[in-house]
Amino acid sequence: MQGLIDALKEDGYRVIGPQVADGAVVYDELESLEQLPLGVIDEQDGGVYRLARRQDAGYFDHVVGPHSLKRYLFPPQETLQQLQLKDGGWRVEPQQFDEPPLAVIGPRSCDLHAMAIQDRVFLEGPYVDPGYRARREGLFVVSVQCRRAAATCFCHSMKTGPRADHGFDLALSELDDCFAIEVGSERGGRILAAVDGWKPGAPTIVDRANDQSSQLERSMEQRSTTEAAPGAPKLRQLDTQDLRDLLLNNLDHPRWEQVADRCLACANCTMVCPTCFCSSVSEVSDLTNEHVRRERTWTSCFTAEHSFLTSGVVRNSTAARYRQWLTHKLSTWIDQFDSSGCVGCGRCITWCPVGIDLTEEVAAIRETTK
Amino acid sequence: MKPNIQVAATVDAANPWATHAVRIRAIEQEVSDVASYELEFEDSAVAERFHFVPGQFNMLYLPGIGESAISISSDPDVPQRLLHTVRAVGSVTRALARKQIGDQLLLRGPFGSAWPVDLFRGQDIVIAAGGLGLAPVRPVIHYIMNRRGEFGKVWLLYGARSPDDLLYTSQYDCWRETDIETHITVDLGDNQWKGNIGVVPSLFERLQLDASLTRVLTCGPEIMMRFVIAECLAQKIDPKHIFVSMERNMNCALGFCGHCQLGPAFVCKDGPVFTYEQMEPYLNVEDF
Repeated sequence: MQGLIDALKEDGYRVIGPQVADGAVVYDELESLEQLPLGVIDEQDGGVYRLARRQDAGYFDHVVGPHSLKRYLFPPQETLQQLQLKDGGWRVEPQQFDEPPLAVIGPRSCDLHAMAIQDRVFLEGPYVDPGYRARREGLFVVSVQCRRAAATCFCHSMKTGPRADHGFDLALSELDDCFAIEVGSERGGRILAAVDGWKPGAPTIVDRANDQSSQLERSMEQRSTTEAAPGAPKLRQLDTQDLRDLLLNNLDHPRWEQVADRCLACANCTMVCPTCFCSSVSEVSDLTNEHVRRERTWTSCFTAEHSFLTSGVVRNSTAARYRQWLTHKLSTWIDQFDSSGCVGCGRCITWCPVGIDLTEEVAAIRETTK
Repeated sequence: MKPNIQVAATVDAANPWATHAVRIRAIEQEVSDVASYELEFEDSAVAERFHFVPGQFNMLYLPGIGESAISISSDPDVPQRLLHTVRAVGSVTRALARKQIGDQLLLRGPFGSAWPVDLFRGQDIVIAAGGLGLAPVRPVIHYIMNRRGEFGKVWLLYGARSPDDLLYTSQYDCWRETDIETHITVDLGDNQWKGNIGVVPSLFERLQLDASLTRVLTCGPEIMMRFVIAECLAQKIDPKHIFVSMERNMNCALGFCGHCQLGPAFVCKDGPVFTYEQMEPYLNVEDF
């Protein structure tokens, strides 16, 4: 593992990996294996995220934390343009994308699907976001195959996991005594060949890695027929049958008002969501107003500003904003990008301060639909 | 809701944030807080490439203040004479109102969908506009005037709050002379006003429409458009033949920022012009 970190650094990558900070597993600059959260698992539920030590836990038995690849490809704050006033005219300084490429160790299958979804927004439409493209082209992904799922995970419902089968350069499966590494790209193979101490293992290692993934997948599939243990968090799943039409046919359902009674419109769900892409551009100028930076920051459909028109705010209530978020995520996203906007990572459930659970909201609408 | 979007020749699809410098060539005060700005590209090569279709908008940018989506209100056959009619109402448009002839702005565009007037040849057209909503349909009026013989009957129904709020008043005679039957109305008259009083949808009852032949274009406050649509449906006009120009918070014009979503549509790139058939499921949903 240290050999992999070193090989990536040697090749010019800034290496990012999971580590414990402020009581959560987050992404940060990774220098050494020692920083990885060995022996740490995360217990997640609606509005609950707690780290725990477990004797048999490996380096990657935590699941997903508040961070995702989004913060690296579509950063929370980014300068889009810089302008200088010269001789009565504005000169736009060319955008520089000269930061070293990133290698991120740790994204799960759901995260890779989320990245593919953001690719459709920023790369695959009529217009391309140049900053996103530069960072995306440089990105090296060392994915991790989950062998554990949190109660909030429902990738099996969204068909986005748990096993990653494409979209990575390398994929790690952590076994009890070693890592099995799958090569997903030509440059993945090149890096792997440069890893000090790596050697091809016996075919049985591959089988063990595959078994581990299938076992997790089976246990997630069984959620539809098994009850959670008493006192344990509910194991999430989402019935996606006709989901697009279910929500769009229920735009006046009373459930929107009910969820709004609990929703704080804090926007946490949209910040931790690995696919949410709303942003605003603001002007930052110096005192002379002769040098201006245009800064793009994440924003959220839970704010009034999001739907502001000079004639008034379009979505005036929390009910209207929650409805916008959920119908976009699960319904209209399909019209826009040919896929759901949800990858079943469960972050919005975990990081909601009042524990609103979209799987529960959908189920409630489904049960009481006309 | 995914039309084949044509990227304009003056927009770089690989760097759509890039702007072009323009200078204000002329300013015409239309009504008290509304002025039309004629813009000229600094780079003649860009001016050469610049074309737009009726219904499209530009992003006008004042560095340090911000960007605003403004519809183009001039003749699409004369793209060199580029006009935007703007109400000073937000921070960007108020700053624009303080600009003078010769001042520089930055511009990205054009963006957005078109009133598909080229498909209306041989058909009757009703244009129903309210307030500043006349600006985005004026390119259509020009387009029709430039090839008037190719269209059937053409009606313009236009209304504003008061006589002082009516836009482009000096041009009504010219429109009438090119056989565009122009009906003007105001919500509230004054001592001098001798014309109609009432809202735009009420003008429909005067028209003898052939429902199968009629195409309707409407732009204005959403409430007005809803009642225009109701009139059209009462006259048995096909929802596919009713075109609406929607307004939402357009920040980027590229479908990146998410603000202008209206159901499945990004108003900036899928719109602003839609058929009523596309908008029907969402137009009457409160706060959507």
